[in-house]
Amino acid sequence: MGLTISRAVQWSSDGDQLENSPLNNDILTEILLFTEGFEDRHPQEASIPFCEPLQWNTSLEAADFTSDIYNTRGESAVSLECDDKGRPLLQLSPPAITVHSFYHLSNLLKLSKDKKMKEVWACLEVNREPIKKIFGPISPTIHKGKLFSILHQLDEKLLSIAVRPITREGRLSPAAVNTEVDLLKRENRVLKSVHYTSDYVFSNGCRSPPWRQMEGEICSLIIETCDTEPTLFITCNTSGVFLNERINGEGVENSSMTKSEVYKDIVTLLKNQSPHFAAAADEQDFAIQDVPSAKKILHVETVDVEETGQTLKSYDHEEKNVPEKLAWNKPGSRNKKLEPSLKWKNLGLTSFYDEEEEKARRSRESKKSPGPASENKKKANFSGSSLPGCQSSQKTKSPGGADDFSESSSEDEEDEEKPERRAEIPTDLPSEYWQIQKLVKYLKGANQTATVIVLCTLRDFNLVQETCQLAIRDVGGLEVLINLLDTDDIRCNIGSLKILREISCNSLIRQTIADLGGLQTMVSILDTPVKELKCLAAETIANVAKFRRARRTVRQYGGIKRLVELLDCLPDSVSLSAEQERDADVARCGALALWSCSKSTRNKESIRQAGGIPLLARLLKSSQKNMLIPVVGTLQECASEKSYRIAIQTEGMIEDLVKNLSCDNQELQMHCASAIFKCAEDKHTRDLVRQYDGLKPLVMLLNKAENKQLLAATTGAIWKCSISLENVAKFQEYRALEILVGLLKDQPEEVLVNVVGALGECAQISENLATIRKSGGIQPLVKLLSGTNQALLVNVTKAVGACATDPENMPIIDRLDGVRLLWSLLKNPSPDVQASAAWAICPCIENAKDAGEMVRSFVGGLELIVNLLKSQNKDVLASVCAAIAKIAKDVENLAVISDHGVVPMLANLTNTVDDKLRRYLAEAIACCCMWGSNCVSFGEAGAVAPLVHYLHSKDPLVHQATARALFELSKDPNNCITMHENGVVKLLLIMIGSTDAILQEAAASCVANIRCLALANDKAKNGILTRRSGSVE
Amino acid sequence: MQKMSAMNRKLIQNLAETLCKQVKHFDKRETECLIRLFSGLLGEQAERRAAHGLDRVRFRNILHNTFGMTDDMMMDSVFRAFDKDNDTYISVKEWVEGLSVFLRGALDEKIKFCFDVYNLHGDGYISREEMLQMLKDSLIRQPTEEDPDEGIKDIVEIALKKMDHDHDGKVSYSDFEKTVKDENLLLEAFGNCLPDAKVEITSNYFCM
Repeated sequence: MGLTISRAVQWSSDGDQLENSPLNNDILTEILLFTEGFEDRHPQEASIPFCEPLQWNTSLEAADFTSDIYNTRGESAVSLECDDKGRPLLQLSPPAITVHSFYHLSNLLKLSKDKKMKEVWACLEVNREPIKKIFGPISPTIHKGKLFSILHQLDEKLLSIAVRPITREGRLSPAAVNTEVDLLKRENRVLKSVHYTSDYVFSNGCRSPPWRQMEGEICSLIIETCDTEPTLFITCNTSGVFLNERINGEGVENSSMTKSEVYKDIVTLLKNQSPHFAAAADEQDFAIQDVPSAKKILHVETVDVEETGQTLKSYDHEEKNVPEKLAWNKPGSRNKKLEPSLKWKNLGLTSFYDEEEEKARRSRESKKSPGPASENKKKANFSGSSLPGCQSSQKTKSPGGADDFSESSSEDEEDEEKPERRAEIPTDLPSEYWQIQKLVKYLKGANQTATVIVLCTLRDFNLVQETCQLAIRDVGGLEVLINLLDTDDIRCNIGSLKILREISCNSLIRQTIADLGGLQTMVSILDTPVKELKCLAAETIANVAKFRRARRTVRQYGGIKRLVELLDCLPDSVSLSAEQERDADVARCGALALWSCSKSTRNKESIRQAGGIPLLARLLKSSQKNMLIPVVGTLQECASEKSYRIAIQTEGMIEDLVKNLSCDNQELQMHCASAIFKCAEDKHTRDLVRQYDGLKPLVMLLNKAENKQLLAATTGAIWKCSISLENVAKFQEYRALEILVGLLKDQPEEVLVNVVGALGECAQISENLATIRKSGGIQPLVKLLSGTNQALLVNVTKAVGACATDPENMPIIDRLDGVRLLWSLLKNPSPDVQASAAWAICPCIENAKDAGEMVRSFVGGLELIVNLLKSQNKDVLASVCAAIAKIAKDVENLAVISDHGVVPMLANLTNTVDDKLRRYLAEAIACCCMWGSNCVSFGEAGAVAPLVHYLHSKDPLVHQATARALFELSKDPNNCITMHENGVVKLLLIMIGSTDAILQEAAASCVANIRCLALANDKAKNGILTRRSGSVE
Repeated sequence: MQKMSAMNRKLIQNLAETLCKQVKHFDKRETECLIRLFSGLLGEQAERRAAHGLDRVRFRNILHNTFGMTDDMMMDSVFRAFDKDNDTYISVKEWVEGLSVFLRGALDEKIKFCFDVYNLHGDGYISREEMLQMLKDSLIRQPTEEDPDEGIKDIVEIALKKMDHDHDGKVSYSDFEKTVKDENLLLEAFGNCLPDAKVEITSNYFCM
């Protein structure tokens, strides 16, 4: 009951109340029945007085104590029976009640009648560790032994209850999945077949094996659709439904990004996977949406890191467009077969366009809801399509390689945007279309004067509106506009660029401009002496270069160098002449274009080579926000490169970045924070941030929690800055930890990763561990362990591991079931998560009470961790070795892991040259020697010789661990021989001279063992001679 | 020639002194250059005419050769705009004043200048007819169309619609001024009558 109470029972968020959950109810009912019947079943044990009484606030009154074994006086009541010190075994002085034995507990419950449950509830809420109170801190004496075993049985019973209900709490329940599957089975026209992988249903409704249920898995399904190849393997988890490549693989989830998206239910998943199903589902309008789980609409909050600020305009216009689009779509479009209008076809559109149209039509067909009652479907569409979207925005930055296609991943997926966007084109052409067509026709045959008039008229259209943008494109306007750039009439160039600049906020237009070679011309225009023209060209390049190919083109045509040259203007002084102001504007536009271009890795390098960094550093001194935003934007984008990070530090840019953290523009603040985030991996940079007093503004920015992008950048900067202990001290001073803990809830993952990372770093200082606890941080941290984002999991495990080093935190983590969650993460497909989880498990085992018992209680846990020794990842291996060393401290567990073959597996790893792994491997070997014939087995498995060579390592930590391992191994004579053969003595003799006492002792003891053996050997040889003297070793 | 310029040197200096005070954008040295240039051009023409000043043909030559203007009508109009007293000759004063706006004028001055150029009839308005006249060659005629001038007419309507803020069917000075202030590109809306921006930047040579 001790274990269950402290671990299985669910406590409320503030940790001092029992939650009113079904699980708690079940457990408490069991305890109640047990206690009530205790007196009858075990009369002898019932009378054993508790070491310490159980005390709580009761709702009973003296009047309730009607039995004659109690003596009531006024409001209070006492039992007649007293302990050996004369204290009554039950004492009521309302509202407090004190009870000393099970006999009276039983009686009390019998007397409480309908308040029984309430009493148990109240009692357990204040007596978290009843076992401790009953038996006292020392182990039970013999006459209490029986009672102990009775309680132990109860505990086991309770645990079995506790394991059951995992599936009750998630978003998906077995019942919901069942209903849904039944529905799908009925719709056999839509799907070829639907099967469970297992026919056996556990009592809780799940079909997955229990060890998978631990992770919230409900069941696995095999679904054959009519169009996806070949078959879908689907796993239903309480957290959602996802595709699984190998259903029988040991918890190996598919690692490919595209398939691991989690959907809220099976129907959504199928709709996303199978267009046929999606179409059929919409048509039939079957009530799958009414499945309980589907009622929960996921709230998706994404933080789009890319394209901020620069494209605000385009966001705006998209919103503005919405009502109009809807208006066009309304009349009759529902029933009309959406053929592209003939008018459009006659305009000589390219085959590329037809392809688009085709795609668009298909997607329209699958999207438009032909039936009535589309309310539900809209929801389904929304959540279905938004989930993958959310996923893609979560993609972490992947390191770029060297080739052209390895541009940094902040890139957009514009190429994929096309079909979606195209689908929104209305079939009824607006009047603007015809007007634009006419104007473009004039443009083709006009001289400069008329061209300028027409261009100016064209500008009067609402160019941020997509219809106008696409109309210009579709009537061949882009060709003409780009041709005009090639003329040497400046007014025509300007007029054309003014239009191109506006319409290039549309991704389709961008593509076409690039296709038509517009970028080349614009790059060459940058050489013009006319400043207005330079500005316009640079701004248009800034808009067009939003996708990879365009950025590459700019670079290949020498655009980067020219753009960098634009930056060369005087840093802004107090008063600028008109000319200087124009220069500043040119520089601003240049920075805008470089900002767009800098999203490609190679362009970053080109900017640097073109001498852009000192120019950017100079512009960073500006006080103009519209200048600073693109400049800092470029810098933070480029800070992904080491060369820039060094330059930002050495060119003194940190000071300016810090200064601008305190400006009043959130976008600028965000870029500054983001630049610091990227640069502060470097220690000197972190120190500079502190020296320029940048830490306080960062903490202040945490208060702007409503701007998620800013918050993500700020918390990122705090995270990286907190790697330095001096900075952590500052953060403590500014009480940043408390704020960070507050940010652990209801934040997007981008923010959470950083917040948790920061907490993990701050936890290097032990007093912060208490701060995290006191500000209630442990519970949300542990809760995050059940997430799926790998970057987040790595940080969370690290933070929880750090928290576990504080002995006062450990009980909380334990109670919240944190260790089990950590253990489950060993099954995560990411080696980083595995390693991080294993590292975190080490302090948990070290500090948990009854750690051995706890570890044993994880079904299959020991086997799991031993099997991780097969990993290819060095860090995983090192961490698992470290964890095994901790686990092996408990002899029973050591026996279990020995059975799982830990000895040969460890021995297999000994040939490593990695010092970190060597150290923990040696530790694990030292600890594993303690059981059975392990010591001998290590020798037989060939682990001894390589270990000896570890002593050649330069790392003193390796020496210590190795010496300890060798000492343990030297208890077996054969091992001693092997060691001796490998020249261990000479090495150990050096180690004995070390200043590290542990190393000294281990080395000396090992030498002693070897020496003893040698002596014994000598004696054995000379046995005949010496036997007479009777000295036998 | 030699004798005349020697004789005139003193005169020119005095003239430059006076003119540069009346004209905004040139200093004395530049004014002197311009006057010398003016006398040089005068020397090329017949003695009889030189008394009055620069005649139309000479002036058009300069516009064509130095500033690359090609449109006859525009060049005549520019001439008219220079020739403030309407005596069909450009006096030295008109020359310096005109060039001051033509080469270095601020936007306001240029707007005024261009409006004067486009105001063919000198009635203070640019009418449809004037526009049509100025734009008549600005569009390639489509022989296939019924009315080859339809395009031009349409462009005139477009221009008028864009400029006629008071909806009186013609463009007044204030209409024109407002239009150009909104969109500088429309300064030379009806034809090239100013040096092109590239020339403008390098045009200092003209005054050297």
